[in-house]
Amino acid sequence: FYSLHAENVHTTHSIHTAEILNSNILIVKNRRAALDLSQKVRVLCWVMTQPQHLKSRTQHIRATWGKRCNIVLYMSSEASDFPTVGLNVLEGRSQLYWKTIRAFQHIHMHHLDDADWFLKADDDTFVVLENLRYGLSKHNAEEPLYFGRRFTPFVAQGYMSGGAGYVLSKEALRRFVKGFADGLCTHNTEIEDIGLGKCMETMKVQLGDSRDVLGRQTFHPYPPNNYLPRQLPRPRPWYLLYEHYHPVEGPGCCSDLAISFHYIDAVQMHTLEYYTYHLRPFGYKYRFNPGERSENRNNS
Amino acid sequence: MRWRAGETDSRTDTTFLLFSGCVYGNECDVVASKCEQSSVLLKELRSSMMSEGSSFMKGLILGGIFCLVMSFFETFNSGTHSEGHEHLHHHLKPVSKDELQKLSESQMSDWTLQVRVYCLIMVTPKLLVHWATANDTWSKHCDKSVFYTSESSKALEAIDLQEQDEWARLRKAIKHAYENAGDLRWFFVARPTTYAIIENLKYLVLDKDPSQPFYIGHTEKSGELDYVEYDSGIVLSYEAMRRLIEIFKDEDRCPERGHALWKTPEEKQLATCLKYTGVFAENGEDAQGKGLFNKKSVSSLISDSMGQNPADVVEACCSDMAITFGGMSPSQIQVLMYGVYRLRPYGHDFHDSLTFLPPNDSDND
Repeated sequence: FYSLHAENVHTTHSIHTAEILNSNILIVKNRRAALDLSQKVRVLCWVMTQPQHLKSRTQHIRATWGKRCNIVLYMSSEASDFPTVGLNVLEGRSQLYWKTIRAFQHIHMHHLDDADWFLKADDDTFVVLENLRYGLSKHNAEEPLYFGRRFTPFVAQGYMSGGAGYVLSKEALRRFVKGFADGLCTHNTEIEDIGLGKCMETMKVQLGDSRDVLGRQTFHPYPPNNYLPRQLPRPRPWYLLYEHYHPVEGPGCCSDLAISFHYIDAVQMHTLEYYTYHLRPFGYKYRFNPGERSENRNNS
Repeated sequence: MRWRAGETDSRTDTTFLLFSGCVYGNECDVVASKCEQSSVLLKELRSSMMSEGSSFMKGLILGGIFCLVMSFFETFNSGTHSEGHEHLHHHLKPVSKDELQKLSESQMSDWTLQVRVYCLIMVTPKLLVHWATANDTWSKHCDKSVFYTSESSKALEAIDLQEQDEWARLRKAIKHAYENAGDLRWFFVARPTTYAIIENLKYLVLDKDPSQPFYIGHTEKSGELDYVEYDSGIVLSYEAMRRLIEIFKDEDRCPERGHALWKTPEEKQLATCLKYTGVFAENGEDAQGKGLFNKKSVSSLISDSMGQNPADVVEACCSDMAITFGGMSPSQIQVLMYGVYRLRPYGHDFHDSLTFLPPNDSDND
């Protein structure tokens, strides 16, 4: 996902020279230009929602991260002026895999060429699109790949948590739709993330590793307060039982460049928006700077 | 001092006590002037009090009622005072980005050295969990942080001031901090229930000279007194501290233990003492006028904003450069720590003219 060869992605660098005046202060002369990935890594987001949730949940997505997708589609049982796409299914937990199948079929039919990657999220998932694009930027959307929070049981190669959001490459989307067209994949479960994971395995789509270079997770099926608070060493709590990679509790749980959190209510949605895009410490030099050319030579 | 309407009933003792409190209390300038009229009335009554005890009582009650009613209205009216009445620097903002960019490198390096902060964190044993949280999180971003406690307690690592009275304890802490400041010139006083972003505090005071008196935070008004609210943190410059240490010696204007029948909160006592030295409270806000010091939690502020500004929740809520929040649990603070110092969107770079490095001894920022 993030590799140590991240420099390949960046076309411009300016070397920053620094003078260390005392042990705690650094003044940076030049700064690296930020790369705009939104045209190079196009993401179509679809949000699994329902009519009863538009006001209580989905509108807060529309007000926060929804607009950062290249295209955002709010998928519901009914079309509306929200706007939502009507999927011609019933509502309810038992219908979730039907909704997923129909949603991807709709996207394949109408939007295949509009994006490179296709993200599914719930209406209580918070997503940081810039970090998703950064993570995907090293990968080829023409390969059959799928990324998210990897869970172990139920599917031999594993599957990605639905709530944390998962993203299919263009080729993976093609194979998913073809699988159903050819009868190789069927509606064999109500549980959408397991069902999709099984189809991905059948269609030989590879599971990607979405952790950062320090091994920290980027997709999260629960809110930040499940992971970040320090804990004494303990057996895995219930919400970490399905983890494919060995879970870390406390600050090492989560990448600085996190991509998603789930079970996020309306207040938390705006709170995370505030934390991610607004609140910041003036002048602070972040500890984690992937892709920054490190100063191997001595500057003084 | 808050007067409650309806206090004036047949309990003459209460009325007399309230009236006398008005005369002896610290911040009753306005009330005292309004009471002058009633005290004149009283003097006249006293001179003829011998005649009938009951008419003395009536006079006393009348005077008390008049005093209370006038002060009641005064308290209400002070909330709507016009701008012209306020102190010149009542609103304190950070230096503008344009100004910062014009600075020479040597000026920037001078400022970064000057802007270092000594944090005084006032704990009590019952705040052990909050002490531990502050110790593990924001206090590491102070150039020097010292915890001061009322009494010693197992597991609590703090300087024991052996003092139960909050105001006396605050005075002791201030004296200790001033004497141990070294070359630090800015002081931040808070309880461990407050969370502070010290880098943003530095940004606010970056272009202010600490050899001038500064007393900054979220300001509130009590009668004629502007004070900085304790719950959202108090910022003091070296000169303000120096003047405080001086006025602490004046037992009349700035007593260590008050003689009033009820206790004035230490935030107001602090303001009163500072006022005697010519130092006035200033409200810390950003370029848009948003307050930087908050006693509420982030989610509480967001929730309020969702009710008041549903179309623009985050924009209208809180400053990007906020300095303090309050009332957050330890796990919320650990999430806030991640939210402030780590979680961010790739590619959004802020070209701040100054750089502050992370502390040496932490892994959560």
